[in-house]
This record gives sequence, C-alpha cells and structure tokens, in this order.
Amino acid sequence: MQESEFPGVRGPLRFRPETGRPLLDLVEVLLRGPHSLTAGERELIAAYVSGRNECTYCCSAHSAYAAAQLDEGMSLVDQVHADPDRAPISAKLRALLRIAAAVQVSGREVTADLVEAARTEGATDLEIHDTVLIAAAFCMFNRYVDGLGTVPAADPGWYAQASERIATHGYLPVLDR
Amino acid sequence: MAHIDLGVDETEFPGVRGPMKYRPVTGKPMLELAETLLRGPLSLPTADRELIAAYVSGLNECTYCCSAHSAFAAALLDEGMPLVDQVRADPATAPISAKLRALLHIAGAVQRSGRDVTTELVEAARTEGATDEEIHDTVLIAAAFCMVNRYVDGLGTFAPSDPKFYEETARRVISVGYRNTV
Repeated sequence: MQESEFPGVRGPLRFRPETGRPLLDLVEVLLRGPHSLTAGERELIAAYVSGRNECTYCCSAHSAYAAAQLDEGMSLVDQVHADPDRAPISAKLRALLRIAAAVQVSGREVTADLVEAARTEGATDLEIHDTVLIAAAFCMFNRYVDGLGTVPAADPGWYAQASERIATHGYLPVLDR
Repeated sequence: MAHIDLGVDETEFPGVRGPMKYRPVTGKPMLELAETLLRGPLSLPTADRELIAAYVSGLNECTYCCSAHSAFAAALLDEGMPLVDQVRADPATAPISAKLRALLHIAGAVQRSGRDVTTELVEAARTEGATDEEIHDTVLIAAAFCMVNRYVDGLGTFAPSDPKFYEETARRVISVGYRNTV
C-alpha cells in the first residue's frame, strides 16, 4: 500500500486486520466510550504518553485529536507536553497524568502514593483504572508504530483533517476507509 | 491488594484477571487480541509466540505475566521449562533456531522502545527466513506485552507464588484458549 496515504498505525492495522480490529475496538472504548473523563482529557493522556515515548505519529495524531476536543485547543496540549505541573489543568487531571508518566516508565513505578494523590483530588477507581490502561495501551501503540518503522504524515495538516473524522465518526471506521 | 477495588477475590482472580473482570468492555478486545496473537492461525508456532511473550514480560519484570506465559510456553515445548529458562537468561546462547533468536532480538528492542528496532535487526531476521508477517507479529506481541505488563503492575495486582497455579492455568489456556479461561 501507499504509506503516504495510510501513515503511522494505519498501515499495520490494514496489513493485519485480524489484530487491527480488536486494537481499534480497544482504543474506541478507552478514548471515546461513555466516561466521566471527557474525550479531550483522555486524548490528552494518550498524547502525553506518546510524547514521552517520542512516537512522532501517535503524538502528532492524539495531540490534534485532543486539541479538537478541548476548548483551549493546541495551546493547552503544548503546555501539558512541556510540563503538566505548570499547565492550567485541574488538580485531578494533573494527578492522573503523573500516574500515566509512571506507567510509561514501568507499571512498577505506580506507587500507592501516586494513586492516593489522585484519589485525594477526586479521581474515582474507574478513572484511575482507565488512566493506567490508556497509558499502557499507548506504550503498545507507540512501539507498534515505531517498531515497524512506519512513516508519520508528511503534511502536518493531515492530523487536523483526521481529527475532524475521529471526533465525528470515531476509530472504528479507520479500517474501512 | 491492588491499588483500586477490583470487586473480586484477588487470590481467585490474580494478575490480569482482576482488571479484566472489573472492566469487561476493555477486557474483551484485549482478550480478542491475545487470542489472535498467541493462538490464532499465524505462521509462527504457538510455543514460539508464548516464548516471545514470556521473554518480554521477564524484561519488564512483570511477575504474573512472566510466570504465566513461561508456564504456557513450557507446556507447548518438547524441551519444557529448562528451554524457557535458557531463553529468558540469554536468547543469544539458548538452543533455539536462528530465526527465533533473531525475532527475540527484535522483541528485546521493542521492549526498550519501538525506536530501537533497526533495519539491521529486521534484515537479520529476514536472512534467517522470517517473513514480513512473522516480523509484524513479533513486534506486535512484544508491544502488546509492554501494555499488559504495565496494566498488571500499574494497578498493583496480586501474583501467586505457587508454580502450580500457573501450570494449572496453562492446561486450561492450551485446551480452551484465553477467551474461555479469563
């Protein structure tokens, strides 16, 4: 296939649809399913972890998807990438991003203190669970995308266009387009 | 005790089973992925795929996943646990095929970072007869266990210390698969 037409994870998803389908099902539930965290907040966690893994495609894509679904847009996404401690976000989201950062290093880095801090700021068990799994899932996607040496989109405008489709139709149609 | 209340007796549902019971909407696609990657009709033998899973889980120091997938691989291999132990200690000297050795080198790179998978590592696997599909599946198995290991340890789940638990689970997984065991 033309990789320029199907950049990043889209090539491997099409190469092996039998694994591509459950991967898309997982990301759809995690990032867009009914939840107390907004889709924008969950995309922000995905973008943040992808940035820490230095995965250009995933970081560009999920930063664009987060920006499209957050009132403050890309400037807030950029601030979170630079330093979640100083970004103008809720104390709860900041505590969840600290958990996500620990997961990016290793599951074993998530301490009872980090979890307690998130709970003190009002995070529920489900929000803590989903934060851990979003961060873990992007440690998979980032490795999948870079481990196969896929290319990011050549045109930065591609991500903004993709973000409109994702915000409207979700991840499931990605294999069918 | 896990970091969150999983709503199950963790000694009965240890490791990844607790979180999967807690959140079936995410557990289901994860099990589908595991079933396809580790047991589906792919060209790599199932024993080799479980070895890759066990090797990566060992590098990530995930006790539950490493114990479980080591037991599954041992049950599928003629050489049993001694070979699994040799692979985990050093794939470069373990008595395995040159192709599997090259694929384990790719898996080891993926465990550190996707960016550590070089053209040379991929070329070396291809020289030993690995197909594009086998290289793809190796990268995705290694990447998927970088997810599952983080999920299991990030939530602080319980890992049984009795090897019998993992041997018993291996018998079930091999006879009825992941969907029907977890």
